[in-house]
Amino acid sequence: MASYSTNEFRSGLKVMLEGDPCSILENEFVKPGKGQAFNRVKLRNLKNGRVWERTFKSGESLEGADVMDLEMEYLYTDGEFWYFMMTDGSFEQHAADKNAVSGAIDWLKEQDKYVVTLWNGAVLSVMPPNFVELEVIETDPGLKGDTAQGGTKPATLSTGATVRVPLFINIGDILRIDTRNGVYQNRVSK
Amino acid sequence: MLESRTQIYRQVRAFFESQGVLEVETPILSGAANTDPHIQSLALTGNRRYLQTSPEFAMKRLLASGCGPIFQICKAFRGEESGKRHNSEFTLLEWYRPGFDHFRLMDEVALLVQSILGDRPVERLSYRRVFRDTLGIDPFSVGEPELVSMARQLTGFQAAGNNPVDRDTLLNLLMSHLIEPELGKGKLTFIYHYPASQCALAKVTKDEQGADIAQRFELYVDGMELANGYYELTDAREQQRRITADLKTRHSSGLERLPVDEHLIQALAHGLPDCAGVAMGLDRLLMLKTGTPDISQVLAFHDAIA
Repeated sequence: MASYSTNEFRSGLKVMLEGDPCSILENEFVKPGKGQAFNRVKLRNLKNGRVWERTFKSGESLEGADVMDLEMEYLYTDGEFWYFMMTDGSFEQHAADKNAVSGAIDWLKEQDKYVVTLWNGAVLSVMPPNFVELEVIETDPGLKGDTAQGGTKPATLSTGATVRVPLFINIGDILRIDTRNGVYQNRVSK
Repeated sequence: MLESRTQIYRQVRAFFESQGVLEVETPILSGAANTDPHIQSLALTGNRRYLQTSPEFAMKRLLASGCGPIFQICKAFRGEESGKRHNSEFTLLEWYRPGFDHFRLMDEVALLVQSILGDRPVERLSYRRVFRDTLGIDPFSVGEPELVSMARQLTGFQAAGNNPVDRDTLLNLLMSHLIEPELGKGKLTFIYHYPASQCALAKVTKDEQGADIAQRFELYVDGMELANGYYELTDAREQQRRITADLKTRHSSGLERLPVDEHLIQALAHGLPDCAGVAMGLDRLLMLKTGTPDISQVLAFHDAIA
């Protein structure tokens, strides 16, 4: 793998730091009046999602990380692994463990497409699309006539996730959910 | 923005006219380069010429020829310096005052900046004092292990590989990351008397505590370094010694061999008058004047689109 000097650091560049693959979020050039220049870098550790702040001497290098973001379709789970398939026609399958799918597990629907991040060929993380459509499998009965603004109630979706929904929502409704904050958007169909 | 720049230039020129300082122009292209290991001179391929990193050497040659007090507004170029406060091509205001020391020059710098940014209180702190007040350490006596652990804990500093990190790099790191952002808020803060190891082209002396100090100052305004000045080194042999030390450092860091400005050495040998000089970033002055946080917004066309 190539290594990258601080002047090649760009947001989105994937590098190795302390043995973990990281994605560069921000890179700021800092130079005192005289003397050594520095790069102040914010990186996201792709293994645990934590944001690290580090300062390097300008001109130093970090090894690139063999990380790829690929579009894949979710197939099924056997309880231990979650299986995804490439959408490029190769039908190549990848298994993700519980840790890797943890960011997407509430929003996994068969045949939907996800961004799967591979590191050295293994699944590192799974990113859901910003919006998913899921069916309600459990909620208190809808109140007749209450279609306008009002209170909310909990509803359990087909994935097991629980979201707050308006009172008029019924079992079997398909809902659009924003996966970034888990908030109900609207009802897609009854 | 274009108008603000012109207005600043007009104010600068009017200021120096009233002080009896002559505007000069020196070559931007030179057969010699800057040997400072932390500054990259940009070379013109083919004819062995370099773009100036500052007009300092040429202006000192004029001073040695007896021109009296001079100032210059010019473009300077430094490779691989690009960021929120850096653009590889930038505009410098540099001026020299025969008969001044660095304290007297600080007074004049404050006058000029106040004439442009408005009245602000002026504060002067020694390098030792500002480290003591903000970080609780004496930069002249603190042990290197303590500097390393502060750098790691407070700034997330990480040295790649096994490269040893020198003391000045650690001090520069703490200065630029932790101290500088707090300096000059609503005022003009001068920091003076840097460690002798950071003397660049300033005279060196001893302070009251017996530490070797560089007679050098920097001006900080609203958390940003705006100017760097020296009570200028006039000793040709000492100048030669520092350039030789620079070349040695460049060699051991695997940097390119560069042609040394022999004219500068000759000028000093001929006799540079006792003087103080300062360089000020005019793009940064414009940033402060217009409240702009990013240098790219005060330039017609910044590095990425030039």
